Amino acid sequence: MSHTNDTHAEHGGGAIAEIKKVTIILSVLTIVELILGFWMIGMESKALVLGVKGTIVILMMAKAFYIVAYFMHLKHEVKNLIMTIVVPLSLFIWFIIAFLADGNSFRNLRNDYDRYFKEQSTIKVAQPEHGGGGHEAEGAAGAAHTDSAAHKTDTSAKHEEAKH
Amino acid sequence: MSTTTTASPTEAKLWGGGKSPFSVEYGKVMMWYFLMSDAFTFGAFLISYGTVRFSTNGWPDPNLVFRSFPFAPEGIHAPLVFVSVMTFILIVSSVTMVLAVHAGHNMDKKGVVRNMIWTIIGGIAFLSCQAWEWNHLFHEGAWWGQNPFINADGTASTTNFTNFFFTITGFHGFHVFSGVVINIIMLIMTLTNQFEKRGHYNMIEKAGLYWHFVDLVWVFVFTCFYLL
Repeated sequence: MSHTNDTHAEHGGGAIAEIKKVTIILSVLTIVELILGFWMIGMESKALVLGVKGTIVILMMAKAFYIVAYFMHLKHEVKNLIMTIVVPLSLFIWFIIAFLADGNSFRNLRNDYDRYFKEQSTIKVAQPEHGGGGHEAEGAAGAAHTDSAAHKTDTSAKHEEAKH
Repeated sequence: MSTTTTASPTEAKLWGGGKSPFSVEYGKVMMWYFLMSDAFTFGAFLISYGTVRFSTNGWPDPNLVFRSFPFAPEGIHAPLVFVSVMTFILIVSSVTMVLAVHAGHNMDKKGVVRNMIWTIIGGIAFLSCQAWEWNHLFHEGAWWGQNPFINADGTASTTNFTNFFFTITGFHGFHVFSGVVINIIMLIMTLTNQFEKRGHYNMIEKAGLYWHFVDLVWVFVFTCFYLL
């Protein structure tokens, strides 16, 4: 415990200044993220959308770094402690690459070989009407069906019937 | 192995016994390890969400789903506005938590109490916002197993969207709730002078780590569900 106080004493005077600085950085990063989010609404170019999404992910990582390093104080801890936390978490790099690639491959396989799946993702449907009523009935019907678009339209049809 | 043979004198002293090699107390190291395991839990949730989203052709547009605001007139849509408020509430409560930890270092009981109260208020405000949003979505017909929203490309959507949304924000909301309970316990312990008697406010630091982690998870949840 005395050790913690020692490490903190080194930058005791600047602690409040550091908190202020990190607060401003986090707010600015969030505002930039939101501006990008608003900018993306109704954006046509797919490449641009992908680029903006990539930027948002980078900003997200920057925010995570500032929270962990300064608010959770990890940057000022002993290197050994930092390593026992950061090294196991680096497994996530592999998890993300492997699982997202797997999901993407599964979609490609289904589009190639599962005609039903492909067909369902080309049929346009009308946005069902929102609003109260019929939750229980729809819930019971909705719970039975999970992954099928055809059932979904079926459900909303029933929903309409129930209303009349 | 080579690191042990080439260890610098200071490192040998660090691991030579008689002092904590991590130079933090036991409870704080264990809190870090707990949070690491919790990060893997949330990571598993978010990666499974990503995997399912990548394996599907269409996905609902978050700007059409999350576009409501409390007390907004009927027909007025404001995408991202409400969730921005929630995000800032959580960031601000994280800042007041840091200030409480800092006050604890200086043995400033009044500062700890004041900042802990602000942190608790922030936590409760966030939970209220989430309760409102869940209630609103439920009344639009969204719940586990039912999804009233269509995909961004106009095709019918599956229930994966709502299932992941309610599971992950629900799990995060439960963490916020536990954090608020922990913070209230810390506030009571501060008010009853328990930390003054101990001579240190290390418990506030550990509660602070947990609270910042909750904020950290929200950074990821917020980005994955509302922005991407």
